[in-house]
Amino acid sequence: MLTTKDARDSYLAAFEAVEASRAVAGWLAPIRKAAIARFAEVGFPSLRNEDWKYTDVSPIADTEFRWAALNERLHPGSLEPHWVGGTDVHRLVVVNGRYRGTLSSVGSLPRGVRIGSLAAALQDGADRLQAEFARLADYRGRPFTALNTALFEDGAVVFLPPETVIEWPIHVLYVTLGSAEPVVAHPRTLIVAGANSRLTVIESFVSLGDAPCLTNAVTEIVAEDGARIDHYKAGQDNDDSFHVGETAARLGRDSAVRSHVVTLGGRLVRNEYHAVLDGEGGDCTIHGLYLLNGRQHVDNHLRVEHGRPHCTSREFFKGVLADQSRGVFTGRIYVAEDAQKTDAKQTHMSLLLSEEARVESRPQLEIFADDVRCTHGATIGQVDDEALFYLRTRGLDADAARNLLVYGFAEDSLQQVRYEPLRRHLEKRLLDRLPQAVVRRDEL
Amino acid sequence: MLEIRNLHAQVDGHEILRGINLTVRPGEVHSIMGPNGSGKSTLSQVLAGRETYVVTDGEVLYNGRNLLELAADERACEGVFLAFQYPVEIPGVSTNYFLRAALNSVRKYRGQDELDAMDFLKLVREKARLVEIDDKLLNRSLNEGFSGGEKKRNEVFQMAVLEPALAILDETDSGLDIDALRIVADGVNKLRSPERAFLVITHYQRLLNYIVPDHVHVLIDGRIARSGGKELALELEEKGYGWLEKEARRVEPVSA
Repeated sequence: MLTTKDARDSYLAAFEAVEASRAVAGWLAPIRKAAIARFAEVGFPSLRNEDWKYTDVSPIADTEFRWAALNERLHPGSLEPHWVGGTDVHRLVVVNGRYRGTLSSVGSLPRGVRIGSLAAALQDGADRLQAEFARLADYRGRPFTALNTALFEDGAVVFLPPETVIEWPIHVLYVTLGSAEPVVAHPRTLIVAGANSRLTVIESFVSLGDAPCLTNAVTEIVAEDGARIDHYKAGQDNDDSFHVGETAARLGRDSAVRSHVVTLGGRLVRNEYHAVLDGEGGDCTIHGLYLLNGRQHVDNHLRVEHGRPHCTSREFFKGVLADQSRGVFTGRIYVAEDAQKTDAKQTHMSLLLSEEARVESRPQLEIFADDVRCTHGATIGQVDDEALFYLRTRGLDADAARNLLVYGFAEDSLQQVRYEPLRRHLEKRLLDRLPQAVVRRDEL
Repeated sequence: MLEIRNLHAQVDGHEILRGINLTVRPGEVHSIMGPNGSGKSTLSQVLAGRETYVVTDGEVLYNGRNLLELAADERACEGVFLAFQYPVEIPGVSTNYFLRAALNSVRKYRGQDELDAMDFLKLVREKARLVEIDDKLLNRSLNEGFSGGEKKRNEVFQMAVLEPALAILDETDSGLDIDALRIVADGVNKLRSPERAFLVITHYQRLLNYIVPDHVHVLIDGRIARSGGKELALELEEKGYGWLEKEARRVEPVSA
């Protein structure tokens, strides 16, 4: 597209407009200003940027996104297919970057727990939240994070005091909704789990409406000493939409964060995951699964930093790529000089279903300690002939056998989803997206 | 039921089967024995429809039909079953899940109604008892992390569910301890019937103590070098394959 206009301009203008109308929280204003200044300086990343070498964001930069309307009409029924579990779930809805209390059902909470609108929580002057905000998600280094930091309106907050256990999962449904023109939303989420607290949080991203959307999300997760967090990110945007998201986590001493990043939709998706193991004995596990067809492009970009000794990290990513889809996996493990006894393992397995599908797999190890165990492995393969033959000798025709193997490859990852209603939900979505729905899911 | 005539097959240009002749009638148990590399597994794979083996000559009739023109899954639907020497591990797919899909595919082919989840579960319970296989195992990823014995039991369990007319057991005894061997053999014996034939491929005679064959054939260098009754297996146990190999190779230049 030939244009004299810089792709940055509309975002800078949006900032001016929003800033003028905003009731400024004093402490936040300088952060927003610094973030937009940083974005103005660097703009959208180009392929020359090593971190973006295989992901061309010009379809995003070239699209004139409208600032998502805050009061877009949304029928609660349209959210129904995206919920998981029954009434024993804390449900939060964020539409076009704004928390919508009327669509949410948070339920009763233990004392001191805060779950709801991030903007409201920050307004209330909760010192603890202010101290954590924008600390992990690096707007200086990441242009999309800079945009989110400068432009976010609202999002979700989860705050657990020490020793608190939330038994029900917290499900945040982020909806980006545009009825006529392309819209952009910048939802922001902050999760702070106090010492020895425990929670499960599910982040689902969906795009509704007819127009293509850009969801530019940032989620910061703080696991204090001994905290245990099960975290799921389920990307189910429609296939015209763009998603760029950063998950940034800090793990205190003996804490455990276990994430699963599942991408089942979106035209161009970038999932960034940055974890810092910041106390001895921390344990970070990141599972991932993506299933692509058509011309989908999904880029999973991970960085796990071992800052302290005796920490464990695991990354297990799997991808299924059909048609002309493209997958990128970058897994960087950084081990600081005094992070002795680090145990880090990373695998990326991809299954190519077509000659035209492509995948880039980039393990990157930066190790400055000398007593560590770090391994990485990557496989890129096709459906196994031996397994195919085995299934066919049992009476499944070639298509059904192939489908079952693809399903199994992906299901192997979903078996790591510990919250069963979510697992079943994702299995169903997975089947919906398989080339031929020969495989059916009945309860056995 | 099965009529193999002058079957020649090769893989990667190497001729492995060099003129096999064999007739199997319903209700019979035939054992194919032979040293390593004699072509036993190739024969089973060719009969099951593995496409990496190329049949260069001969024919195989199954119930009067040309078996070789059927795809592997059609053969299965027609009642041919192969218990693998090395059952494949398939992560993410449980035995029960895959087997129900397979059974319903076979039933559909045969014009029978598909089984719903409840009926299938009942069938599974009944058949699982036959081979003393744990229900829990059947809900785990197929063969993944199974012991050698569990894998072989799973093969016989699948056979029990699919109820083939012709069952080919490819070295089902290999890697089994005596208890596992007995359980597997008992399972097979319970499946013997006047309508069902077995081709039991084995390197060792010991399996045949439990599954008593009607006929024993010795495969050497891709041909059946000798056929006999069950006493032939005992003779081989005592004398090894050496004498037959010598004999076969002495004869070869004449017949070639």
